[in-house]
Amino acid sequence: MLLEVRDLYVEFHTREGVAKAVNGVNYSVAEGETLAVLGESGSGKSVTAQAVMGILDMPPGKIAGGEILFKGQDLLKAKPDERRKIRGQEMAMIFQDALSSLNPVLTVGQQLGEMFVVHRGMSRKDAKAKAIELMDRVRIPAAKERVNQYPHQFSGGMRQRIMIAMAMALEPSLIIADEPTTALDVTVQAQVMDLLAELQRELNMGLILITHDLGVVADVADKIAVMYAGRIVETAPVHEIYKAPAHPYTKGLLQSIPRLDQKGRELYAIQGLPPNLTRIPPGCAFNPRCPMAQDVCRSDVPPLYEVDEQRRSACHFWKETLDAR
Amino acid sequence: MHADRDKGAGTGGGAAGSTLLSQASEDAVAPYTEGDPILQVRGLAKHYPLTQGILFKRQIGAVRAVDGVDFDLYAGETLGIVGESGCGKSTVAKMLVHLERPTAGAIRYKGEDISKLSGRALKAVRRNIQMVFQDPYTSLNPRMTVGDIIGEPYEIHPEVAPKGSRRQKVQDLLDVVGLNPEYINRYPHQFSGGQRQRIGIARGLALNPEIIVADEPVSALDVSVQAQVVNLLDRLQAEFNLSFVFIAHDLSIVRHISDRVGVMYLGRIVEIGSDAEIYDHPTHPYTQALLSAVPVPDPTAREHRERIILHGDVPSPANIPSGCRFRTRCWKAQERCELEVPLLAVPAEFRHVDTPARHDSACHFAEEKRVVPPEGELEIPGPAEAPGDGETSEAEGDERS
Repeated sequence: MLLEVRDLYVEFHTREGVAKAVNGVNYSVAEGETLAVLGESGSGKSVTAQAVMGILDMPPGKIAGGEILFKGQDLLKAKPDERRKIRGQEMAMIFQDALSSLNPVLTVGQQLGEMFVVHRGMSRKDAKAKAIELMDRVRIPAAKERVNQYPHQFSGGMRQRIMIAMAMALEPSLIIADEPTTALDVTVQAQVMDLLAELQRELNMGLILITHDLGVVADVADKIAVMYAGRIVETAPVHEIYKAPAHPYTKGLLQSIPRLDQKGRELYAIQGLPPNLTRIPPGCAFNPRCPMAQDVCRSDVPPLYEVDEQRRSACHFWKETLDAR
Repeated sequence: MHADRDKGAGTGGGAAGSTLLSQASEDAVAPYTEGDPILQVRGLAKHYPLTQGILFKRQIGAVRAVDGVDFDLYAGETLGIVGESGCGKSTVAKMLVHLERPTAGAIRYKGEDISKLSGRALKAVRRNIQMVFQDPYTSLNPRMTVGDIIGEPYEIHPEVAPKGSRRQKVQDLLDVVGLNPEYINRYPHQFSGGQRQRIGIARGLALNPEIIVADEPVSALDVSVQAQVVNLLDRLQAEFNLSFVFIAHDLSIVRHISDRVGVMYLGRIVEIGSDAEIYDHPTHPYTQALLSAVPVPDPTAREHRERIILHGDVPSPANIPSGCRFRTRCWKAQERCELEVPLLAVPAEFRHVDTPARHDSACHFAEEKRVVPPEGELEIPGPAEAPGDGETSEAEGDERS
């Protein structure tokens, strides 16, 4: 297994109290595999990724427990300079907002080349040649001329390609893409997702795709982890989860999205709001919004039940949820 | 929800074309009668000048953000406008509510051109056309209480609600949008994104407008909250017989809420028709590419679904290609597309046949192509099976607590 996150806990100490952002998350990614982490804002999907990358703001953040095994090594026990070596060379991240993730006062060539100067000890000249090569690879036209341009001179889609190029530069074995296409238009989103999938195949990388878009997930993922209030509530191979969700939250999400292929009647809406992370309800965190909630849901935290060999659901009534369709 | 309207709206493209002609030839204001479009937009354009020089500014060009948009809006219907960023859809919205003045063209509200109004006449019209903004975090003043925000329209239009009754009116509005009326003295930061959007909607409703222009009203919200707000908009429309101009980039939401849909590209509408005409029988290559690029929430679709991947980016509106503005990214482009601007009309090949492809499409080589899998082919559980289906009030009840 390329990456294994085991029982990870992350909390943030704020003035309002302790916000429990991640509460015992387990997931794993193999080489060449795409794991989609699906969740709404505040579900802990990005915080988990930041903990894996080692870019969590600490304080206020604090990793309260768990292990992050990368190729067998526990990253949480690694020294800072070891981690720095892994970051960039072995794992890289693509952020949502390319414009604010790129340095506005450096040319894209300098930013791409920096990877090679720092990690590979190349000269500036060689690094620039490498940068042009990378820009060609992510299909930026006229790379030779554009290598000297600044981020603001590129369109949104091209900036995201540059982010991808930067992440790919050292051919890492794991890429974490945090909402990589959320800020892009659909036609450009399709281009960028295609590119990402192609490079992933070529380099046989593991990919963690963090998103809230059920459509994007269906398009590219092999397996899904659905997060709610800092926990994984359901994991499954992508085909099964869309056909028959085993958790009421997943089911609600699938039913609440408007469809392209039909003019809807009234949409099913999940009631209420996601919980405040400083005051997660007792029992199952989803119980106040759940149409199936019983007394046991308000008192006992559901474990991740084994639905079948590859599927898990954190619902006391996963069987009923499966059957109810 | 507007089944009675759908039929008329479906052929609206053609009918609109003829009204345009007759009105243009008369060049007079036809009296508004029931059944006429409540809003007629003709040749609407907004050009922002590009200047050079500091002391002696001269214009060296223009950003043609909106460049000739025509559409009709009927009472009680929802017109969806979709397009990618920079296509001018938000500028159209701003012109409709008079936040921007058009460079050219007319906006006729019940037959009267409102684009050049000012002063008292403008104020009177504005009451009837209200806007809901995209970002519920920046469109509410953080220093004002919810009561002041929703009640502010009454300061400007005191005739709608005399001073004494305002508080009651605001509380009624809060109730209508599914918020607890006791929240009247709270500040925006005490609400979640979905609740704030409800406040924005309540403010839009305050003056009992006939038309609401909603610019990306749900795109800043989480998926599970989006559905609540979309249902609220649906319900309000039926309750108050509102006409909506619903602007969004999310094609699925637009289909869900709209009776008719217009697709914009680079400042123009390239195709317009009923929701089924546009989504199931698109004839413009841009619409087809746009629809095929939308990820469908069904993993089985990825193997057999045809994808049209467009190359390159949208050209700059400061430098619009000659002829058809889509030709630089179009796989069908030929010489004719470079020389001749395609008009938004029913393409010749469909003009005399009775098919859903018979709707306005601005393409020289229009042909029908289905890119969205037919209904029922997707495997995900449909909304019909939803537990507690149809009970929006439940969701709202929860937000009140």
